[in-house]
Amino acid sequence: MNFIDNPGKLRGFEKNIKVEKVSRRSILKGLGITGGFVLAAPVMTRQAFAYETGAGKMPHGVVVDPRVFVAVAPDGTVTILAHRSEMGTGVRTSLPLIVAEEMEADWSKVKVEQAHGDEVKFGNQDTDGSRSTRHYLIPMRQIGASARTMLEQAAAKRWNVPATEVKAVNHEVVHSASGRKLGFGELAADAAKESVPAIEGLKLKDPKDFRYLGKGQVSIVDLHDITTGKARYGADVRLPGMKYAVIARPPVTGGKLTSFDPDAALKVPGVEKVMKVQGWPWPSKFQPLGGVAVIARNTGAAIKGRDALKLVWDDGANGKYDSVAYRKDLEEASRKPGLVVRQEGDADAALKTAAKVVVGEYYLPHLAHVSMEPPVAVADVKGDKAEIWAPVQSPGGTREDVAKTLGIPEGNVTVNVTLLGGGFGRKSKCDFALEAALLSKELGVPVKVQWTREDDLHHDFLHTVSVERIEAGLDKDGKVIAWRHRSVAPTIASTFAAGANHAASFELGMGLVDMPFEIANISCENPEAAAFTRIGWFRSVSNIPRAFAVQSMVGEIANATGRDQKETLLALIGSPRIVKPNVKDLWNYGEPYDSYPIDTARLRKVVELVAEKGEWGRTVPKGHGLGIAVHRSFVSYIATIVEVAVDEKGKLTVPRVDTAIDCGTYVNPERIASQIEGAAIMGLSLAKYGEISFKNGKVEQKNFDGFQVVRIDEAPLVTNVHIVPPGPDTPPSGVGEPGVPPFAPALMNAIFAATGKRIRALPIGKQLEA
Amino acid sequence: MIKVKINGQEQSWDGDPDLPLLWFLRDEAGLTGTKFGCGQALCGACTVIVDKEAVRSCITSINDVAGREVTTIEGLHPDGDHPVQKAWRQVNVPQCGFCQAGQIMQAAALLMDNPKPSHDQIREAMSGNICRCGCYQRIENAVHLASTGV
Repeated sequence: MNFIDNPGKLRGFEKNIKVEKVSRRSILKGLGITGGFVLAAPVMTRQAFAYETGAGKMPHGVVVDPRVFVAVAPDGTVTILAHRSEMGTGVRTSLPLIVAEEMEADWSKVKVEQAHGDEVKFGNQDTDGSRSTRHYLIPMRQIGASARTMLEQAAAKRWNVPATEVKAVNHEVVHSASGRKLGFGELAADAAKESVPAIEGLKLKDPKDFRYLGKGQVSIVDLHDITTGKARYGADVRLPGMKYAVIARPPVTGGKLTSFDPDAALKVPGVEKVMKVQGWPWPSKFQPLGGVAVIARNTGAAIKGRDALKLVWDDGANGKYDSVAYRKDLEEASRKPGLVVRQEGDADAALKTAAKVVVGEYYLPHLAHVSMEPPVAVADVKGDKAEIWAPVQSPGGTREDVAKTLGIPEGNVTVNVTLLGGGFGRKSKCDFALEAALLSKELGVPVKVQWTREDDLHHDFLHTVSVERIEAGLDKDGKVIAWRHRSVAPTIASTFAAGANHAASFELGMGLVDMPFEIANISCENPEAAAFTRIGWFRSVSNIPRAFAVQSMVGEIANATGRDQKETLLALIGSPRIVKPNVKDLWNYGEPYDSYPIDTARLRKVVELVAEKGEWGRTVPKGHGLGIAVHRSFVSYIATIVEVAVDEKGKLTVPRVDTAIDCGTYVNPERIASQIEGAAIMGLSLAKYGEISFKNGKVEQKNFDGFQVVRIDEAPLVTNVHIVPPGPDTPPSGVGEPGVPPFAPALMNAIFAATGKRIRALPIGKQLEA
Repeated sequence: MIKVKINGQEQSWDGDPDLPLLWFLRDEAGLTGTKFGCGQALCGACTVIVDKEAVRSCITSINDVAGREVTTIEGLHPDGDHPVQKAWRQVNVPQCGFCQAGQIMQAAALLMDNPKPSHDQIREAMSGNICRCGCYQRIENAVHLASTGV
């Protein structure tokens, strides 16, 4: 039987991928549970909202119930649960803010509490795919409106007036005819006795009355704690009697322990025990890799003990993985026909008759997430019960996986979600929590497993490595008449199923088959690529290499035809229209195409907006250049202009970045700006330095000296963010991820403008040095 | 027995004298505001102030600070209202926030040494502190704000 494990975590895995040994997270399991309305999208009638989302198709769907998410205390304090994980996007503030807005709560009297992992109770909790606002704007408004309605009903009863005569305003319910008022706290007990109103009948606020939504005046709820050291991340959890563990894992993915000698480790002061950790054969989804754990009274002792271990490993089949050789394999594969995944017209024939063919072959290596907080988890397993504290993006999935790994019922597992010190997709995989659970079970005491930075780099679920080869055929007037794009990269599916050698549909849908240009003859192909390490989601996923290739090619076409980059880009995008790629089961970030089509009018608009605000075409000093790129991802539209300066020695700096984003209806523009500013830094990091390479099956980079990221002295001097105001019914779309993909190609186009050098392989490294 | 003053309080340690200060602070003293990011003084997440100097607690042993005064993020200001902390909040610097204790301690040490740093001096002094979320533009603005009065 073919099945999907978890469409949330798998981000749109298709049913044609066989995932063995992984039980299905049933969507149906969440239906009909007591204590809440469990709804499938659409969550409201089409009369009320002009769009549907894919929220209901996520595991456990959406729960709309004020009794689950909102509590009002007699002193008036309103507690709102945040059920998504906070990793820096601001979601722990934004979603509760939506509830507060709609229920007329005063934000200064709101407390946010983090929900534990329980998708039956809270609905889907997979915080990934830039989905939270997109899927929860309406449900959170409905929850807020339900709570408000219950408070209003309670007041109306108290005053013996019709409910239509009362109105909640800023934490009170008022009866304007008599001038009477009651605070939310005074109504709390009575409101709790009110029945939860039917969703269909809820009256939502008119957006013109919004106090918080779309304003950007509210700081994140954890701001004070973060600046005073009180904010609690995974690593900060301390339990009585807790032991500290680090683990030596097989240096090659799929390798096994042959033997080990614990003696020297046991002599290190503070080390208490050395023990084997169970591993699972590769590929094994998120199951631990196994190895040897050193248990100590503090992390420092555990690390020192691990350094003293004598370990012999059997590297296994992946011991030959070599990035230099692998790159050649990918390049060769990209030069031969592959599985055709989109075909319109006849690209082969048109390329043969084209007046000119522009060819670009682009290489992007593996990337590591390196969230500032390395993976870490605390587990306390007693008998058949387990409690976990961990910075996980998928508390529901973690709960399931802990239950399965320990062989106990899911109901016996509590997953407490701490703040995440960065996630970027790494913490969608709960292997570190499973390690802690296994160790705690064996030791009978609470255990914290801390990954070092070296562990993080050596055992990541890496961003794929890819060759993207594009051939563009031009007619005698320079118009592009043919487009062939071959994308070759190991797939995330390989982490779930042995022998998965082709991209999953969700990977194809990230910048390959959804390519929006108006070209008569298109062929998108996906030659095979085998995986030799764990591949996983990295912020923006396959959009990074695809946008890099497609938008660099736009720059190459502009150069070949002697035209302006922006004009070339707009000519390729073509007329304002809804693009309908000839693709079977086009993956659209899990969203219905009617609500979230590929709309070239919106794509053009962000290009034009960024060109206007970013002063495209302005005169720049000698050695400077401007580059532009646009990309639709996570159903948002983003265009970026980068100004680069390259000195005589080839050192590059970025004086200015402008980005325009159309993410539909939005909640907190201040956090949108912070995400886009950060995306420019991440884009610059991967462009300048981003490379994880393998030799003899092992990652060559050890720490931030080998895997560098951009520091403040290299950061763009100015990053301007321009947000497209949404139309009245524009559905919300992604923010966390879409900022990254256009940055690197815009930078490459800028470098070409500045120097005449076309960089096709990342990282830039020393390529600009003469 | 090693004695060290941490945030004004005398603490003692009779275990491994080579234990990095970071792990003493976090695991033995329970001061978890100081973060582990790399263990090699490459990222600055573990920055604390020893006497008046910013140091990386991940490569500083507890023995190295014997008899000295260590200030962590918890002890920077009793109410969390050090000018750097206030500026950080005013500019809404953090995203995930994990590196920010180290950033704030580094910035506080910079301002002790140089109350009115220039743009280049800020960038140079803060370049040992990595923020993977990419809050650099705001960090720079916040340090500047803290130096000019919040």
